[in-house]
Amino acid sequence: MRSKIAGRVWKFGTNVDTDQIIPAEYLVTGDPAELAAHAFEKARPEFAGEVREGDIVVAEENFGCGSSREHAPRALIGAGISCVVAKSFARIFYRNSINIGLPLVEAAIVADDGDNLEIDFKSGIVKNTTKGVEASFPPTPAFLQKLIDAGGLVEYTKTQIKNMGM
Amino acid sequence: MTMTIAEKILAKKAGKSSVEPGDMVEAEIDYVMVNDITGLPAFEVFEKFDCQPLREKTILIPDHYVPNKDVASAEQARAMQMFAKKYDMPNYFPVGTCGVCHQVMIEEGFVAPGRLIIGADSHTCSYGALGAFGTGVGSTEAASAMALGKLWFKVPESQKYTVKGSLEKYVMGKDIILHIIGEIGVDGALYKSMEFYGSAIESLPLADRISISNMAIEAGAKAGIIPPDEKVFNYLKDRVRGDYAPLYADSDADYSEVYEYDASEISATVAKPSLPENTAPASELSHITVDQAYLGSCTNGRIEDLRVAAEILKGRKIASDTRMIVVPATKRVFEQALSEGLIKIFLDANAYVSGPTCGACLGGYMGVLAKGERCISSTNRNFLGRMGHKESEVYLANPAVVAASAITGRITDPSEIE
Repeated sequence: MRSKIAGRVWKFGTNVDTDQIIPAEYLVTGDPAELAAHAFEKARPEFAGEVREGDIVVAEENFGCGSSREHAPRALIGAGISCVVAKSFARIFYRNSINIGLPLVEAAIVADDGDNLEIDFKSGIVKNTTKGVEASFPPTPAFLQKLIDAGGLVEYTKTQIKNMGM
Repeated sequence: MTMTIAEKILAKKAGKSSVEPGDMVEAEIDYVMVNDITGLPAFEVFEKFDCQPLREKTILIPDHYVPNKDVASAEQARAMQMFAKKYDMPNYFPVGTCGVCHQVMIEEGFVAPGRLIIGADSHTCSYGALGAFGTGVGSTEAASAMALGKLWFKVPESQKYTVKGSLEKYVMGKDIILHIIGEIGVDGALYKSMEFYGSAIESLPLADRISISNMAIEAGAKAGIIPPDEKVFNYLKDRVRGDYAPLYADSDADYSEVYEYDASEISATVAKPSLPENTAPASELSHITVDQAYLGSCTNGRIEDLRVAAEILKGRKIASDTRMIVVPATKRVFEQALSEGLIKIFLDANAYVSGPTCGACLGGYMGVLAKGERCISSTNRNFLGRMGHKESEVYLANPAVVAASAITGRITDPSEIE
């Protein structure tokens, strides 16, 4: 994972559910690019057409609530989203994102659509350079950092399988 | 060191004498389940591991888009069939033998007290009704667990919910959980384990308890656990696979929050669009007309739910501008409903009855809503466009309210038409 990223904001509210991120009728593939074509189709129809590589999703509380569909973070990765910043995350969405390598930041940062954000994972600071405000966020728990550093759960599992001599 | 049920199960499965909230543990899982939607990505990930799956621990249940709704879903279901064949999987339940995955997991005896079960479906928390720690995971972690038989968990804080007293007629387990979510909100139990106690919970049949645990996720919870009792042990006789050992909370266990409710104050409750926390008594919504009434799902598709609805529908007809769709959760539920004459009652009332599928609950097929349409539904989510067009609406309710509303064509508290 890069230690610093910067990107343009897509702002969402509270309780953004996984049906909004990727509606269930498109859950017939696991391919990030195919899923990205329908990301936020009902909630923000312009998203799929206008999203750019490196954009950042910012939301309020409980982002990613609802279904366990890993298709939700996959769709965001497919859309080129570099990070999701929210006041809090729903737990399965959080796990899925960590496991497949979508960076998440739990922070309360004031932002609107189109603002520019800079995130420094080392110092734990997220800056809204458009508005000139910033917020701090806690470091990732050690175990999860180990998982992320291993390259996500897939690589971690491969190592475990090797170690177990399976 | 005192522990809650969730802590005891995670400690045992992690091989530790105790755990506390916030601990990261790697725990042995008893079973891992995937459905047709979450299965495909899991199989793709699994193939990267170049190993054999843990055959006895892995359960494959196609239910969301089977019978296949289109070519893409057909390919997805076939991927599961091919995976099952390739690895000679003993616990694959194809169309015609099964139904909605969580009810199958329970009926087939995979779920039992003290077990740690993960499923690539958020409503895996249903298993808490039998004293298990069941929790939803993603496809990648399901694949990892199919290979390793273990997974990482953050030990959640636990909340204690006590519901005392007795419920009025036509008020069910569904209303208890809708009422609680209405009070604490859709993130009121975020990252936490809910535990349910009290005389009202004890007197509930297992079916209603499953509805409660099933919707713990709608409050953001990791698990929704009810201490197992004789009702659970009796249900598991001649059904459970293998041995099991119930675990109970210590009497002085630590809970992050404690809530108490009086069951007699809970009425037949409806969650209005577009969040399950948006609740109101059904009796206050009688002006709202419905185009569709849906009875089914892992939340309320059991035989007990069908009996309640059939009792109300018997000898009556569905309103002319409303359609009713009845979907027994599993083949066993369907068979039982047939033998009890319930299916005949539904058909006589002009309800449409189909075989088991999750289809309409998540807006897939078999009951999708048009623009502007409204559905009273025994399911678990009423998010924006959940059952169809983004301008359609879902109102969540218990099976009795669904049946009563189907008859009048508007949201109806069943006591109104007795």
